[in-house]
Amino acid sequence: MGFTLNGRPAEHPGGVTLLEALRSDFALSGPRFGCGQEQCGACHVLLNGESVPSCALPVEAAEGREVTTVEGLTPHPLQAAFEAEQAGQCGFCLSGILVSAAALLRRNPGPDEAAIRAALEPHLCRCGVQNRILRAVRRAVA
Amino acid sequence: MNLAFHGFADDGKARLPGSLHVNRRLSRWLAFHPDGTATIRPGKVELGQGILTTLAQIAAEELGLPLSSIRVAPTVTGESPDEAVTSGSLSVQECGMALRHACADARALFLSVAAQSSGVPREALRVEAGSFLGPDGVEVSSYAALSDRDLLDAEASPDVSPIPAGARRVAGTSAPRLDLPPKLRGEPRFLHDMRLPGMLHARMIRPPRPGARLVTVPDFALREGDFLAVVAASEAEATRMAERAARLARWEGGIAFPADWPRWLEDTPGERSTVAEQGEAQDGTQVLRRVFWRPFIAHASVGTCCAVALWEAGALRVWSHSQGPYNLRTDLAKALRLPPEAVVVEHREGAGCYGHNGADDVALDAALCARAHPGRPVRALWTRAEELAAAPLSPAMRVAVEVHRDGEGRIVSWRTEARGNGHSGRPGRAKDPALLSAPLLPGAAPMPVSINPPLAGGGGVQRNLVPLYRLPHVKAEMVRLTEMPIRASALRGLGALANVWAIESVMDELAEGDPVGFRLRHLDDPRAATVLREAVALSGFENRHALSEGEGMGIALARYKNTGAWCAVVAHIRAEERLRCLALHLACDMGEVINPDGALNQLEGGAIHGTSIALKEEARFDEECILSTSWDTYPVLRFSEVPRVAVKLIARPEEPPLGAGEPSVAPTIAAIANAVHQALGIRPTRLPFTPENLAKESD
Repeated sequence: MGFTLNGRPAEHPGGVTLLEALRSDFALSGPRFGCGQEQCGACHVLLNGESVPSCALPVEAAEGREVTTVEGLTPHPLQAAFEAEQAGQCGFCLSGILVSAAALLRRNPGPDEAAIRAALEPHLCRCGVQNRILRAVRRAVA
Repeated sequence: MNLAFHGFADDGKARLPGSLHVNRRLSRWLAFHPDGTATIRPGKVELGQGILTTLAQIAAEELGLPLSSIRVAPTVTGESPDEAVTSGSLSVQECGMALRHACADARALFLSVAAQSSGVPREALRVEAGSFLGPDGVEVSSYAALSDRDLLDAEASPDVSPIPAGARRVAGTSAPRLDLPPKLRGEPRFLHDMRLPGMLHARMIRPPRPGARLVTVPDFALREGDFLAVVAASEAEATRMAERAARLARWEGGIAFPADWPRWLEDTPGERSTVAEQGEAQDGTQVLRRVFWRPFIAHASVGTCCAVALWEAGALRVWSHSQGPYNLRTDLAKALRLPPEAVVVEHREGAGCYGHNGADDVALDAALCARAHPGRPVRALWTRAEELAAAPLSPAMRVAVEVHRDGEGRIVSWRTEARGNGHSGRPGRAKDPALLSAPLLPGAAPMPVSINPPLAGGGGVQRNLVPLYRLPHVKAEMVRLTEMPIRASALRGLGALANVWAIESVMDELAEGDPVGFRLRHLDDPRAATVLREAVALSGFENRHALSEGEGMGIALARYKNTGAWCAVVAHIRAEERLRCLALHLACDMGEVINPDGALNQLEGGAIHGTSIALKEEARFDEECILSTSWDTYPVLRFSEVPRVAVKLIARPEEPPLGAGEPSVAPTIAAIANAVHQALGIRPTRLPFTPENLAKESD
């Protein structure tokens, strides 16, 4: 089966989750394993521009579609905004959050605070950096 | 050294700052390179708290090097200084102050040599970007030029003067975190991202209960005693094999979990001891008695624990996100019956660490699997369920307070007792290894029952049990349970989470509507009074009576460990279907602050962690198993629930640094509890403050 990965054609024999394929077979480190149950957001990637969890999704679901990870977004104005706000502690959740924030900005270039919170609701940040992350997304909007 | 555990001991040697006292050779701490850079080698590790940036700032300042010229080496046993455990909000005190002194010493040594060889008097030399310049501005030497000399092969001198507070230019500024840019690009930076040639993948299958014996073993699994794992060439295959093995394995016996944990806390035998007794015991005419309960709490990091191990020629190398690489080495050696020299533990960053989680445990898991596959690196990764249920939990507590007052309402006696398991079950300290899988091995000893460090080292269940207020008589006792059906150990704040809440709830009740004035009248400590007043001013607390019905503000104050940072918190909440925390205002005095923005980040994060604990968190179990094994069953605060947080730091550059990681957690919980009183007219006594628990308060 084939799909587009970060702008390039990719082939995969299938039989694993999209996250396993990305990390193990395409040597990407941005998407992260957090729960395997689509509950924490650490593994989010863009599938045809929509932010989705990749940890329980069969890689076959990506067939013929565009998969974008945080590596494929780089460089992105959100990354500069996150750095400016020092929006991170351990950083484990950030790839998924950046992917969701990028998807939000693509479909809504001027989101208000409620829209940003709603877009980031699938993501857990256990270090408690949420307010800095919200500020960083607002900064990128501005 | 780890003051968090041992406190100071007089060993007859000239006192050197922090961990330099017990790691006295300068070459252990730093090295210079011909390219003009310097490497520092802290024994404290990055847990997500940003310590590497802070330590690099301290070194850059003292050495007179740009921050970009400082490299930070990962902690490796046998090479880095042994600084025991990165815990207790002590890394700046123990490691930062050691590095400050060691770097000042190195600078003095190098300048002396440059002065001798150049003939320029030492006091006429200055350091600029690593160059030693004479009065004419011409370079006479540099760290780089002298880097091949063994100048650092010397013991640190006690007679060294680091740069005075007023002259610091790097320490005290908000340098951006060095680790953030690669993390924002998703680059391989975590241990989880490590890929070695020929690496295998391991997953473990856990006994359903402590003490259960393995009776049926799938033939494709790896077994050692009751340790059960699968090893495969790919992660996907390892995961599938582990699911099959879990279905096929049969276990028998084991002990029951304390499903009715409050009753278990009261009925279980324990060792009683006096934490402190001050003043003369006196009975009052009015007595207020309150009892507070907090459940078992999980670490609940977003990433799961991971380790990579390589077993080769009878020696073991482990990459780990442990908080204490040397302590882990000690217990790995014991569990595997190896001499400690045959084990090397090298630190790599993991996901956020908030205390003694499973990082050490998974290192033994990886090592056991690697022993079965010599020459091949083995990466072991925990599942979400293991992360939430197999790692140590922060133990449940019962805190009783009894306050005696005289006829005029003045407090004459404060008596308190904290009861529960010990909060310290870390590796490297007990006779037997304190690693999850160690008791499963053939002929192994049981898991050591957790203890409480002495109060001088911060304490465990008794941390912050003694109020910081002026009271004519205080008697504080603790009871450490001697049975441990649920493995208990340190989580951010330890006993302070319940003890500060108990003290501040009772103080609020005694204040009878004047919570600020009442506290101030019982404070002798001007720094405590200052943070209290600042939090009031920042939050508009004095206007709380104008809030809408169902809303409330509460205030709380603590000095972390009674020796660390002062923090006052005002919480603003609204009672909806559930409680919602709208805003938190904090004032904090943590002495010298090396990186103000980094400190704010830690204090904000601690306040949000405290909010999550206050409103949501409780490990759940029945007699058969732990039930909270997913984010559904162990919910934590999400984006929609996060309060706004504003923090005021009180700048005290002349005072010793006190650490930022933990001081805001406990007073946040207490402030939310006190806000509940205004919002709902009740004083909660059971954490978390869920509708179900709040409904019990009127029983």
